[in-house]
Amino acid sequence: MKHYSAFAVAREALRYHTGWERAWRSPEPKKRYDVIIIGAGGHGLATAYYLGKNYGIQNVAVIEKGWLGGGNTGRNTTIIRSNYLQDPSAAMYEKARSLYEDLSQELNYNIMFSPRGVMMLAQTQHEIRGYQRTAHANALQGVQTEWIGPERVKELVPIINIDGPRYPVLGALWQERGGTARHDAVAWGYARACSAMGMDIIQKCEVTGVRSENGRVIGVDTTKGAIDCDKLGIVVAGHSGQLADMAGFRLPLESVALQALVSEPIKPCMDVVVMANTVHGYMSQSDKGEMVIGGGTDGFNNYTQRGSFHHIEETVRALVETFPMISRLKMLRQWGGIVDMTGDRSPILSKTPLGGCFINCGWGTGGFKAIPGSGWGMAQLMATGHSPLTEAFTLDRFREGRFIDESVAAGVAH
Amino acid sequence: MLTLKCPFTGALLDETELNCGGEAHRKRFGPGSSDEDFETYMFTRENPRGVHFELWLHSYGIGKWFIAARDTETMEVYGTYPAQTTEPPQEVIDAINAKHPGWTWREFS
Amino acid sequence: MSTRLANHGRLIDRSKKVTFTFNGTSMQGFEGDTLASALLANDQMMVGRSFKYHRPRGVVASGAEEPNALVGLGQGNRFEPNQRATTTELFNGLTSVSQNHWPNLEFDVGAINTHLSRFLPAGFYYKMFIHPKPFWKHVYEPFIRQSAGLGKAPDKDSRDADTYEHFYAFTDVLVIGGGIAGLQAAKAAAASGAKVLLIEQTAHWGGRAPVDGGTVGDEPVDKFVEQLVSELETMDNVTMRNRCMGAGVYDHGYVLGYERLTDHAPGAQGPRHRLWRIRAKQVVTATGAIERPLSFAGNDVPGVILASAVRDYVVNWGVTPGDRVIIATNNDDAYRTAITLKQAGVDVIRVVDARSSAGLLAEEARQLGIRVDPGKAIAKVKGGKRVKKVELCNQDGIGGAREEVDCDAVAMSGGWSPVVHLWSHCGGKLIWDEANAHFRPDPKRPPLGADGDGFVVAAGSANGPLALGDVLTDAHAAGKAAAKAAGHKPKNTKAPSGDATEEAAMEPVWLMPANADIQLRMKSWLDFQNDVKVSDVQLAAREGYESVEHTKRYTTLGMATDQGKLSNINGLAILADALDAEIPKVGTTTFRPPYTPISMGAIGGEARGEVFQPIRRTPMHDWHDKNGADWEPVGHWRRTYAYTRPGESVHDAVNREVKNTRENLGLLDASTLGKLIVKGPDAGKFLDMMYTNMMSTLKVGKCRYGLMCSENGFLIDDGVVARIDDDTWLCHTTTGGAERIHGHMEEWLQTEWWDWKVYVANVTEQYAQIAVVGPNARKVLEKLGGMDVSKEALPFMEWRDGKIGDFDCRAYRVSFSGELSYEIAVAASHGQAFWDALMEAGKEFGVMPYGTECLHILRAEKGFIMIGDETDGTVIPQDLGLNWALSKKKEDYLGKRAHLRSHMADPDRWKLVGLETVDGSVIPDGAYAVGEGVNANGQRNVIGRVTSTYYSANLGKGIAMGLIKHGPDRMGEIVEFPGTDDKTYKAKIVDPIFFDKDGEKQNV
Repeated sequence: MKHYSAFAVAREALRYHTGWERAWRSPEPKKRYDVIIIGAGGHGLATAYYLGKNYGIQNVAVIEKGWLGGGNTGRNTTIIRSNYLQDPSAAMYEKARSLYEDLSQELNYNIMFSPRGVMMLAQTQHEIRGYQRTAHANALQGVQTEWIGPERVKELVPIINIDGPRYPVLGALWQERGGTARHDAVAWGYARACSAMGMDIIQKCEVTGVRSENGRVIGVDTTKGAIDCDKLGIVVAGHSGQLADMAGFRLPLESVALQALVSEPIKPCMDVVVMANTVHGYMSQSDKGEMVIGGGTDGFNNYTQRGSFHHIEETVRALVETFPMISRLKMLRQWGGIVDMTGDRSPILSKTPLGGCFINCGWGTGGFKAIPGSGWGMAQLMATGHSPLTEAFTLDRFREGRFIDESVAAGVAH
Repeated sequence: MLTLKCPFTGALLDETELNCGGEAHRKRFGPGSSDEDFETYMFTRENPRGVHFELWLHSYGIGKWFIAARDTETMEVYGTYPAQTTEPPQEVIDAINAKHPGWTWREFS
Repeated sequence: MSTRLANHGRLIDRSKKVTFTFNGTSMQGFEGDTLASALLANDQMMVGRSFKYHRPRGVVASGAEEPNALVGLGQGNRFEPNQRATTTELFNGLTSVSQNHWPNLEFDVGAINTHLSRFLPAGFYYKMFIHPKPFWKHVYEPFIRQSAGLGKAPDKDSRDADTYEHFYAFTDVLVIGGGIAGLQAAKAAAASGAKVLLIEQTAHWGGRAPVDGGTVGDEPVDKFVEQLVSELETMDNVTMRNRCMGAGVYDHGYVLGYERLTDHAPGAQGPRHRLWRIRAKQVVTATGAIERPLSFAGNDVPGVILASAVRDYVVNWGVTPGDRVIIATNNDDAYRTAITLKQAGVDVIRVVDARSSAGLLAEEARQLGIRVDPGKAIAKVKGGKRVKKVELCNQDGIGGAREEVDCDAVAMSGGWSPVVHLWSHCGGKLIWDEANAHFRPDPKRPPLGADGDGFVVAAGSANGPLALGDVLTDAHAAGKAAAKAAGHKPKNTKAPSGDATEEAAMEPVWLMPANADIQLRMKSWLDFQNDVKVSDVQLAAREGYESVEHTKRYTTLGMATDQGKLSNINGLAILADALDAEIPKVGTTTFRPPYTPISMGAIGGEARGEVFQPIRRTPMHDWHDKNGADWEPVGHWRRTYAYTRPGESVHDAVNREVKNTRENLGLLDASTLGKLIVKGPDAGKFLDMMYTNMMSTLKVGKCRYGLMCSENGFLIDDGVVARIDDDTWLCHTTTGGAERIHGHMEEWLQTEWWDWKVYVANVTEQYAQIAVVGPNARKVLEKLGGMDVSKEALPFMEWRDGKIGDFDCRAYRVSFSGELSYEIAVAASHGQAFWDALMEAGKEFGVMPYGTECLHILRAEKGFIMIGDETDGTVIPQDLGLNWALSKKKEDYLGKRAHLRSHMADPDRWKLVGLETVDGSVIPDGAYAVGEGVNANGQRNVIGRVTSTYYSANLGKGIAMGLIKHGPDRMGEIVEFPGTDDKTYKAKIVDPIFFDKDGEKQNV
């Protein structure tokens, strides 16, 4: 793997960049791998990466139906934060956030992690109490957050209207080391690093069946033939139901469309990420200058990657109220992604009823920020059979009534 | 931006008047049921890519619940009917059969 | 130079001069100009800077596809960045500034990037700026952010001076696009009797047909358009709207229209934009086609313009972008530009045609004396801020043996691409048309509607046909097809016959010259705004970013404000070539709404400021407002947090209210509490399912506190239930619960127990409800007179109907404060009068109104739980010691089965206790109690948390409730709550009832 650096770019410039090699190889599948990961999104690639890096398991294939990073990894609003309330969530997201801090250097691929700070506005007394609770929890979880007053909010976000007639800003939960990253680069960086370890990323290859013997997985059938494996990881977000069906178990999942939009690019006017949950909207400004806006989910099952416009209206209305100056900006593009939601809106990282088969799904609207932590924990689970990061997120929690409910802190959206 | 026909009034309703109540025809398991049945009832969902049956409420309107048979990939609506039933009416099943011969959804086909 | 011609200009009124400014310079144009045509008329070739390299940018198109000519428009509260000059109608006093440069347009420090461009290829930032780590946040990124972004942000505190509105429309057939195809389709559809809505994004009908010429029947095409428009205007079933763009197509025939009402007349009465929410049975997309640029070195220099745009500027606005023009093409249509220019007196130096032969239009050009060079190409355009020279070469080859020619403008045409955006938004698929080298709608795979049939029909050049006659025929058929699909019977009519000079076949040319070397490819632009060049797409392919989505994201091709209207097909072709794949195999990126950017203001609509969301007001709202209410939003309600007196802090007001209510008399507006009537022969059975405790056995005249769980076992609401008569119960819910619990009950009644005979009515707003609380509560009621409210006549937890003073009322003897307390409901319309009467009569008893914070403290002193404080969606009744409210007699109720699951029966669940700080301080809201050590993830072990915490003015110390592991078994133990203020709060576990443990005060 050719090392990336300013020096390398300069050297290549002399030969008009004709010397760059592929970021990842494009191999045909082998007959057998130690581990197959289905799904080359951020979570799948990160799982493969940490299997190799932390456990030396490098005979790994990552099989992707479409193109790597082509699902929700490349469709989200790129927010990274770990100010979660419940211990298992905070552990997972803080692990991810801390890995994001060094990921560019680790992968030798600039994923542009930008700890610009994330704030969640409190606009009712109930939200104040909710976020103060989160701040206390975070302090004990090793997650650095603080409660800040409206003046500090205005200082950090000059374009905000803190005296809105309907929902004045009463304060915010502030995570200074939260931020954003370049979403595609996360998938590309992991893919490049996996490929460099000798793992095979097999794109345009659809899994058509999961093969098992005596209750253990032995391989998969694909559009590129049968491939054997000892262990199988299913990391396919919205398609999890179909894959679980092939593996012979069922999931507490529903797939719905989540929408987002961007404005045309403007010069920097907002450095931090702002989430306003009472009015249902969040916004940040990308390095390109676009205001990146997240909206809500449709209430019905949907596989179309497009959503209903009235949700966009609601989100934009809320944000125009919160940031009045955006009224004369223009929406450039709206899009939808299919997110898989579990019964408690927290993910599943778990063994399954099929031996050797593991599943990672149900990230709902909050998956991007978790990618490195999810991959780290999933790799540990798959390699050793146990991970403290994932142990609360098991599939059987729904039977036991042991939920991980993040909505309790003032109805926080991801 | 879906439109669904109200099976009570015949009016064509806009999605903005409605709320989706999730999967329809779920069988309730109460006290005395097994953990597994109760989990299935509460959480396991068909979540199909294709034909689906789901509950809808005309919340900004007559306040009635009804069921829609809808395709989650094409958004085609095969029919709507009042929620006060345990199984889809024959004409809805026929409409689905016409488009998707051999379909199944839980115990229905 | 670029200049106004003495003739031409069908859209301008030369008698009406318009004055405007660009970068502070005053300029003149005519009414009917666009900002772009007026700038060109003033020889303003350079109008902005590109995104990445800050290269000079000039107008390249004449319509919505323009990527370069973006300006900051207007001032102050009407300033708007990134406005396209080509779609901005000129008006007197217009002010515009160019974008993305510092210190000014002519001299831009950022233009250094263009000299470094060799070091800044596609994706360079993924490979650089990695070390040292802190530099990304503190050095690299701030620099990149500053140099990126296009227009200036509006001022941070600016408030849009304009208003916006939403509009609903329902139609049989919606025709999007008022060009000749849209007009003809609308007519064909309307002739069937279908209701037709026709929208056009510009201010003019007819599209580019009047510019391109030709005849329809015996008429010149512009006359035909005029007649068609007036004919449609007289039809009752046709509505026409110009300046109204089809922005997006969504499921089931939902279409967004974006009407710009006053952009051309700022300050005029009425809203600036109107967002049309259209429901159409059928949609005809007559959105035309867009000309593609050619990829040759220097194709981004100001003065290199699309051939069709050059023609538009001449014909529509009487402006030529140059005196000496070279035309480069791969098709016949560009010859129309040559002919138009020549006829307008402009020097057309040469037509460079990449093909070996051309058709009749070329012949016509030659006859006008224009030199036509077949098989030739542009090797390179020279000039920085405007075109100075062009180097020509053979199309076949690498660009050697060049001939240098002086010129000041280049018109380029790479063929035409149908505007398929609206067709594609909702899932319409495309097919590759070899002959015209473009994607067009696949009529076999249209977007599907609710009935599973297609609901979009493409018409005219949006569907592929480019020649006038074909366009009319196609559009006529499309209009008829749409009318038919919408349930109407189309007339058996023929399309009018259009006639234009026949054209020879185009030849795809994706690079000029065909084998251009790397130096040329590095200067051949695909995306003018984002600075993506042919070499960048090739680099992406080489590095394995092979999917069209990878290439787009890696290079940013097509991600600029024009969303690739000019660049996408060219980029795709380069990618396909680099991958040695066929273009249709590579596929397109996804077309997403809106077609062109639409204002956030329009999307938000009317709902701004005070009317952002509805506010619910109780009957006594105005009184509270006049009497010092510090408001708190609770759902859509406003409730009084406390009533402050002049000079009094909110905190002091709360303490005063707390003490007064305990000592004298307090009034609380409890009208927001939900009130649901549940009635019917099966109402008792139903409520037994809804509540954890037994409601069917409640006696008429009595009240019972009830708990509600979800089917999943968690507490969702509580409140007092009163049995009104044999088959009627009145259920009180929390303030936020009225609609939610009403819906919850209806859902169960309609979807599970639909044969049970029960009705539920939400009567919350029918009543004003006032809590009369405190030792003097009975006295004030007795003073008003009426019903007997004595202990004997109205015992605790009973209710009576009667009169108090002059008011018909229902009095509930319930208490959420531990005081002697009555909640009295009167008709909403009597609420204020009753409140006034209580305040007046209460004077001698020390009456004061109190707010929600006082309510909270009073209930906390008594250890009463509050839904939303002690519960958060994860708490079950057992956690709160409410087992007494879980009926053991009932076989079933919602939540009963759920409570049997292992985790809910776990003895280690945190349980409710009272907490008393050792030093009398107040435990901070939300604090957690810590145990020993850390867990496997390194998090401090916690053993509980505080759920309610207050300063009790009555007790003179902090009191709290909390959930603590094994709490009830640990009475008297001290637990520690670390604050976020670096202090640790020590609290003793105590009984949650802090005040009047035996309930003597309420039972009097």
